[in-house]
Amino acid sequence: MKILVCVKQVPDTSGKVAVNADGTLNRASMPVITNPDDKNAVEAALKLKDKYGCKVIVVTMGPAAAESMLRELLAMGADEAYLLSDRVFGGSDTFATSQVIAAGLSHIGIDEDDIVFCGRQAIDGDTAQVGPQIAEKLDLPQITYAGKIDYADGKVTVQRMLEDGYMTIETKTPCLVTCVKELNEPRYMSIKGILDCFDKPMTVLTYEDLKDEPLIDATTIGLQGSPTNIAKSFTPPPKGAGTMIRGVDETAMVAELTARLNAKHIL
Amino acid sequence: MLDKKHRMIQQLTREFAVSEIEPCIDYAEEHGEFPDELWEKAARYGFMGCCIPVEYGGQGGDFLSSIVMMEQICRTAVGAASMFMANSLSGMPILKCGTEEQKQKYLRPVAEGKKRCAFALTEPGAGSDTGALTTTARQDGDHFLLNGRKTFITLGPTCDWAVVFANVLRDDGKKALTAFIVEADWPGFSRGKREQKLGLHASGTCDLIFEDVRVPKENVLGTVGGGWKVAGSGLSAGRINVSSQALGGAQGCLDEAIKYSGERVQFGKPIGKFQNTRFKIAEMDAKIEAGRQIIYSAAEMVDRGEDALLQASRAKYYMSEVANEVAYKCLQIHGGYGYMNGFAIERFYRDLRIMPVYEGTSEVQLMVISSAIMNK
Repeated sequence: MKILVCVKQVPDTSGKVAVNADGTLNRASMPVITNPDDKNAVEAALKLKDKYGCKVIVVTMGPAAAESMLRELLAMGADEAYLLSDRVFGGSDTFATSQVIAAGLSHIGIDEDDIVFCGRQAIDGDTAQVGPQIAEKLDLPQITYAGKIDYADGKVTVQRMLEDGYMTIETKTPCLVTCVKELNEPRYMSIKGILDCFDKPMTVLTYEDLKDEPLIDATTIGLQGSPTNIAKSFTPPPKGAGTMIRGVDETAMVAELTARLNAKHIL
Repeated sequence: MLDKKHRMIQQLTREFAVSEIEPCIDYAEEHGEFPDELWEKAARYGFMGCCIPVEYGGQGGDFLSSIVMMEQICRTAVGAASMFMANSLSGMPILKCGTEEQKQKYLRPVAEGKKRCAFALTEPGAGSDTGALTTTARQDGDHFLLNGRKTFITLGPTCDWAVVFANVLRDDGKKALTAFIVEADWPGFSRGKREQKLGLHASGTCDLIFEDVRVPKENVLGTVGGGWKVAGSGLSAGRINVSSQALGGAQGCLDEAIKYSGERVQFGKPIGKFQNTRFKIAEMDAKIEAGRQIIYSAAEMVDRGEDALLQASRAKYYMSEVANEVAYKCLQIHGGYGYMNGFAIERFYRDLRIMPVYEGTSEVQLMVISSAIMNK
């Protein structure tokens, strides 16, 4: 049994978000972190490793610099890392990205008793599409928004966190599960983990390595092959302070409110 | 100087200090100790035995790793430093001078964070002047009978055992300074009351008292008469370790001052916009960075197996003095608020005052430096 965890290095959007003139994110100017939901996915995998001794493999698509994130995840306790990195992967949207990652996972090999974990969504794009698309491309059963995961005898039981409650689903391995932050509290790296992480295997897979995978279609990867076109991206202007209409006469206050909304052609 | 692993240890420790240690500071200041749960958590991540070899329960990092780690711990809480003494005063003498059995029995549990070990050299009448020590050990068959009193012992209130220095009285009347590993639950071992101190309220300090404590001769650390060697074996590491406490504390002060000067508005703008504040902060930053470089270089000398005594004294002297200058000036930037309980700068100011005092005073460091570079 092994667990493959798909992860992404993202700009830390808790600080200031910078945008290039062409509307794409100015990643160079922002500090990078491991996508928070993906860290929950790694923690979920490490918990299963603690219990069952299974192997945990972290997989990302990204530039060479993403190695630093993979080393950190190895220092948390993951056993192996794969970096899918090539110029032709650059600019991929979720459709193209999930294709490359699915091909990468297939290249590594998914056995009957394996589980794929993903974070629910990345804080830079917030689409929550890559995990489900990987599952579709690999023809794996998928369970999204996992807030609780139990595993026993080749069966995965997941509590899906929904807006108005939760739904419990059970499926057989192999399967793909996307994780939300309520699932767990990710552990830190450890001193020993850091000292060992540079000796753990890290494999870089390029387009050359993956091009013969049946899932790879050269015309639908990278910026050119991505069906999504971003018209514009921007930092939303901060909302100004609201105006409070005060008074004692409710009728007069409501009248003032409707008058203001009328003036702006809202009503 | 720092490689990728050191940078990651720096990042890990910073995260741990801010998320785990910081929330415990108020409790620790009040109770004189950090909570056991924090000790356990820190042990789980390997902080306790960062630079102790894996075969003795540590993590196998180099000495510089433990220095980088200590800096980031003290940047948040100087009073937490004593939790990690296995990497310096508690662990080093046993690692350097202990037998294999002693290392497994007394170093491993300390490096794993399961037990606590104190280092007991100082006495009411003797600190750096070890010739004046009065604690004695009289041989009695297979045992030594230990009598005397050690003072200002860090971890004293909670230690499970201690490395204790005493003079063995020879038949010819001569004294032979010897180190012993003494377990706290042996008859005749007792502790004085907790000391009330100016700073480091989060770290327990007390006397250790020995009244006819029977210490088996297997617990002699090093050789009878080899006490000097044991005391000296961790000397440079101990001083560099304290320098890194001062360094972290100084950086913590500067962090606070930078934050506060961005928030505090006077005469229409944040005081951080005034050149007086900016230059003060820039000057302190330069001094802290200079200290950091000396400390790291001294730690690297230890890792290369070179004699680091001179560089360790330079680091200890310079950084302790700079840390107190920085604490003073950063408190000044805080104005009246800096003098009030509850502001981190007030705690740093008190905690850092010990730096030019323990592990050899600044004056002792100047003695070491001057005798190394001048005619005796």
